[in-house]
Amino acid sequence: MPVIKVEGLSKVFGKNVKESLKLLDDGMKKEEILKQTGDTVGVNRASFDVEAGEVFVIMGLSGSGKSTLVRLLNRLIEPSEGNVYVDGENLATMNKEDLRRVRREKLSMVFQNFGLFPHRTILENAEFGLEVQGVDKEDRKEKAKKSLEMVGLGNYINQLPEQLSGGMQQRVGLARALANDPTVLLMDEAFSALDPLIRKDMQDELLELQVAMKKTIIFITHDLDEALRIGDRIALMKDGSIVQIGTPEEILVNPANDYVERFVEDVDRSKVLTAEHIMKRPETINIEKHGPRVALERMREEGLSSIYVIDGKRNLKGYVTADDASEARKKEIRDINEILKTDVPTVGMDKPMQEIFEIIHDSPVPIAVVEDEKLKGIIVRGAVLAALAGENEVNIDA
Amino acid sequence: MLDFIAQIPIAVWVKEFTDWLTEAFAFIFDPIKNQGGDFLDWTSDMLVLIPPIIVIIIVAVIAFFLTDKRIGLPIFTIVGLWLIYNQGLWEELVFTFTLVLIASLLSILIGIPVGILMSKSKTAEAIITPILDFMQTMPAFVYLIPAVAFFGIGMVPGIFASLIFATPPTVRFTNLGIRQVSRELVEASDAFGSTGSQKLFKVELPMAKSTIMAGINQTVMLALSMVVIASMIGAPGLGREIVSALQNANVGSGFVAGISIVILAIIIDRFTQNLNK
Ligand SMILES: Nc1ncnc2c1ncn2[C@@H]1O[C@H](COP(=O)(O)OP(=O)(O)OP(=O)(O)O)[C@@H](O)[C@H]1O
Ligand SMILES: [Mg+2]
Repeated sequence: MPVIKVEGLSKVFGKNVKESLKLLDDGMKKEEILKQTGDTVGVNRASFDVEAGEVFVIMGLSGSGKSTLVRLLNRLIEPSEGNVYVDGENLATMNKEDLRRVRREKLSMVFQNFGLFPHRTILENAEFGLEVQGVDKEDRKEKAKKSLEMVGLGNYINQLPEQLSGGMQQRVGLARALANDPTVLLMDEAFSALDPLIRKDMQDELLELQVAMKKTIIFITHDLDEALRIGDRIALMKDGSIVQIGTPEEILVNPANDYVERFVEDVDRSKVLTAEHIMKRPETINIEKHGPRVALERMREEGLSSIYVIDGKRNLKGYVTADDASEARKKEIRDINEILKTDVPTVGMDKPMQEIFEIIHDSPVPIAVVEDEKLKGIIVRGAVLAALAGENEVNIDA
Repeated sequence: MLDFIAQIPIAVWVKEFTDWLTEAFAFIFDPIKNQGGDFLDWTSDMLVLIPPIIVIIIVAVIAFFLTDKRIGLPIFTIVGLWLIYNQGLWEELVFTFTLVLIASLLSILIGIPVGILMSKSKTAEAIITPILDFMQTMPAFVYLIPAVAFFGIGMVPGIFASLIFATPPTVRFTNLGIRQVSRELVEASDAFGSTGSQKLFKVELPMAKSTIMAGINQTVMLALSMVVIASMIGAPGLGREIVSALQNANVGSGFVAGISIVILAIIIDRFTQNLNK
């Protein structure tokens, strides 16, 4: 069962909500509805599931409805329509008391500008969630301290928020959210207010924590790089609607429409694409059947200067070059083993392209992509460059 | 042309209404008049019993600590209060102070909850705001008239008039202070599952504190000015000195009483301002 299940969730800001929802049904756009009814569409019929332990990123340009959507998930904003199930309970229809219980026990939030209480010390801030639950003093102090230690702030517990740097303040925000051990962490542009270096640190730290915590995280960002770094899956929003949901690869390699494509365009593709995406079907010869003659013939046909050698089970054995093969033919050598070279550069299927680029740079032959010692494909230098340049020569059905 | 309608008898209506109120609610007004009056008399009597020198020292010491151990305000309070004593106005000072204290406390006690209500409900805000405007723009003297009708003369009507005149700033600033709390903090408190009162007491009121204190400061100053005016309906204190100086055209004693009020005003103002920090 998914931890969070969102069904047809909508939010219309304004006075003619019913009418606007009807217009949305008719397929009218956000702008047209604003003109006709004066209402702003915040979120339009969002549906998705988030599984336990998943980092689910919601991404989109400013005004696309990310903050509204995340606030619908803990009902800081009342939905106009639709359902939000958290562990099977429908938040959208529950009464205030139940809502408070779910917020206390299952959902924590981290805010863009940290949302720390300036009149409370770091420890008191981290205690807040437990305090409103009525956990007794010693107990909540203990838990809050542990949580602060987890984010590396064990020594700052008696400071006030204003005494800490932005990065540290957001750690407090994170510690506060983690102190009551929620099932789901909602993070609305949690790192956007931090400068780039600290931001990267925080991303790494979150991922590190996540390995240990295995929380379900809904992470909002307008930054694709950030989304790609931390997201298991990404939902892209435009004008209140989710236009695509997929893994980082799916979004990059196979953008659902022009909007996604434009969003994706200026991303450094080398970070996300892996060997699998840019490899080609290899030309090979079989060590059990073929000799230097066949090898030379193949290379001539295909215009290659080297060819990979496999056995009957497609296990990679090595490669031979065209030069060696023609030499061998002159000397009437029959056994391919005599000219077989085994210093093969190999990579796994999920090797990031950035690293492939470094390997291929000083390799005389194409790189072999292997899985369980079986040859799956080869990567030629040209394909890497093309993919880096963002040309669509990537191998989608790989 | 403008006389196409005869004079509307507003004055008569208001008078009749007030008469009706006075009679109908005598069972409320009378005990307040009597017990309230007794309480006020008792309080000021007790305060007068404390030797002035002790009062002056206590006030100066509090001033010293309130202003982070600087000596400006303590010196001013010692010299100022001594001067009032020296002019033979100590008892009047105590009466005035009692009135201001009680009137301010009541204003705050009423004003803060009303301000909270206003901040929580748009409807309440829409209804209360014009009432506050009305209360504050009506010349202060006018309140003395119903005050006398309800409570006769003396301290109690003075406090009643002061309540009407001095409460609005506390209400307004409480409302403002709570509405100014940043959205993210309110969201944070909601997101962690606070109840309404947890949010109010743990987040909103602490965050609004300095704004509310600014309102309280204004309330206290207005209460002081009203208490002086209330001398016209028999409230005792420094104001009464001014009223009698006016009747006798005695510039000298009027000036001395006036200076005493200024001294008291400055001390009260600095005290309430520094409480804020
Ligand atoms: N309280 C509100 N009243 C009216 N309209 C609102 C309200 N909150 C948001 N909106 C509108 O809803 C739309 C979505 O806003 P939202 O804040 O969710 O966007 P966002 O994707 O978070 O943008 P940003 O990146 O700027 O934070 C916008 O058009 C915004 O103007
Ligand atoms: Mg936002």
